[in-house]
Amino acid sequence: MLEIKDIHTYYGMSHILFGLSLTVAQGEVVSLLGRNGVGKTTTLKSVMGIVPPKSGEITFRGQTITKIPTNRMVKLGISYVPDSRRIFADLTVRENLEIAAGIRPGDWTIAKVHTLFPVLKKYENRRGGSLSGGEQQMLSIGRALLGNPDLLILDEPTEGLAPLIVRELEEQILELCSTGISILLAEQNLKSALKLANRCYVLERGQVRFEGTVEALAENEEVRTKYLLA
Amino acid sequence: MDIATLSSQLLIGLSRGMIFFIVAAGLTLIFGVLRITNFAHGSLYMLGAFAAYSVSTSLGHGHYGFWLALLVAPITVMILSLIIERGLLRFIYNRDHLTQMLLTYSLVLIAGDAVKIIWGSEYKSINIPEGLRGSISIWGASLPLYNAFLLLIGPLVALGLWLFLSKTHLGKICRATATDREMVDILGINSTRVFALVFALGGWLAGLGGTLIAPTTTVSMGMDANILIYAFLIVVIGGLGNIWGTLISSIIIGMGEAIGVLLIPSVSIILPYMIAGILLIFRPSGLLKSVW
Ligand SMILES: Nc1ncnc2c1ncn2[C@@H]1O[C@H](COP(=O)(O)OP(=O)(O)OP(=O)(O)O)[C@@H](O)[C@H]1O
Ligand SMILES: [Mg+2]
Repeated sequence: MLEIKDIHTYYGMSHILFGLSLTVAQGEVVSLLGRNGVGKTTTLKSVMGIVPPKSGEITFRGQTITKIPTNRMVKLGISYVPDSRRIFADLTVRENLEIAAGIRPGDWTIAKVHTLFPVLKKYENRRGGSLSGGEQQMLSIGRALLGNPDLLILDEPTEGLAPLIVRELEEQILELCSTGISILLAEQNLKSALKLANRCYVLERGQVRFEGTVEALAENEEVRTKYLLA
Repeated sequence: MDIATLSSQLLIGLSRGMIFFIVAAGLTLIFGVLRITNFAHGSLYMLGAFAAYSVSTSLGHGHYGFWLALLVAPITVMILSLIIERGLLRFIYNRDHLTQMLLTYSLVLIAGDAVKIIWGSEYKSINIPEGLRGSISIWGASLPLYNAFLLLIGPLVALGLWLFLSKTHLGKICRATATDREMVDILGINSTRVFALVFALGGWLAGLGGTLIAPTTTVSMGMDANILIYAFLIVVIGGLGNIWGTLISSIIIGMGEAIGVLLIPSVSIILPYMIAGILLIFRPSGLLKSVW
């Protein structure tokens, strides 16, 4: 469904991704692994058109999206949850959801997001900025789901959260997976990735160094120690 | 000097403050959402006043001249703003502040020349509309009816802006865009359209301010610079992008100016700047929280 072919991405003069390729099939959960600064976020931003690659091609359902502006991605079926969550702090929790709704038709409604994340209903009149980190993450995911994506891109959804919240979020993400949505997930936490993903890519300095099923990665101690410190 | 004189002067100041508010609200919205320092805002206000002059005189100073101008002039300025935004500004959002300032400043020069060419440089005036002539007395203080009308319009505009920003879908998107434009795009909303909308709304407010001031003063070149300085002061004192802060500081500046004229005429011209300076010493980031 998503295919990244040999992309090179730069921030200004600095070359970050060196001919990176990966694919995500329909209904698959794919994890991008790697240490700090290897280019996971940059890969996701390349797909979203936030930092468009200088060369290479990205296709979604056969259509080239390499040069398509960010604000068209939701309409095409791609929603993105950025790493810093980016809640609109001065808007209420409900308003944060409202502005994301109605852009692409589908099953997700605010009520349905509330069933997945009941806490968003409980605090719906609070300022987004007053939520805890975990709650903000749920709000950020809920907001993305309202775009009714076929492909959901998550950037380190469990980063910096307490273990209990991490487990709760993992459950919720697994629940999402069972709806048939495709997910591309950047992770540093190997345990999370193994729990959630079907396949993974291990990155190092802007290149893919390992590609395979989670089982294969779990068995491959060399890759884990070399690229993941795990 | 008696209490009645003082209070009627204060009311006049308050009513001028309402016009400052209307203009500065547009400037602060543009500041808050587009993050552009729009030097041309005063020019839009001036064009609003001249447009109001043309509309109301072309109807031979008739009964409906002013009311028609109140409808048509701000919309004309709004359309012009939209053309400016789509035709020029949208190409420089990712450029540095200096480029943006130079561009909006060049618009100031262009608008000044355009006014000279179209309307000539002699002073113009508009009559106060028939129903709003004369004065009324409020608790013993006499106030021109037109100023009382301004006292009504100001809060109406504030209320309208508040309803728009807090209750409408588009208003919520505007607030979101002010804090994180890229995230708005990520959610599938075209943020440059939001920019266009806000710039047009800001232009409408500038045009409305120009129309409202026209019957109380001479319509002339140079009115752009005067209001621009006041509007900047008000926006900074109020807290960048904060509508309520803008309302409060407009009232302070309007009343401060009025008291100055009455009590210490020799310094009345610089009094608003002194007030601004003092307020900024105590609250360097403005009275209320800036939107970012
Ligand atoms: N805006 C930017 N400008 C310049 N360089 C950047 C920018 N953002 C990231 N980089 C650099 O690009 C490289 C890859 O960063 P990226 O954020 O993609 O890594 P990451 O794998 O997501 O890391 P983390 O696990 O810490 O999130 C890093 O060396 C980083 O310093
Ligand atoms: Mg990252």
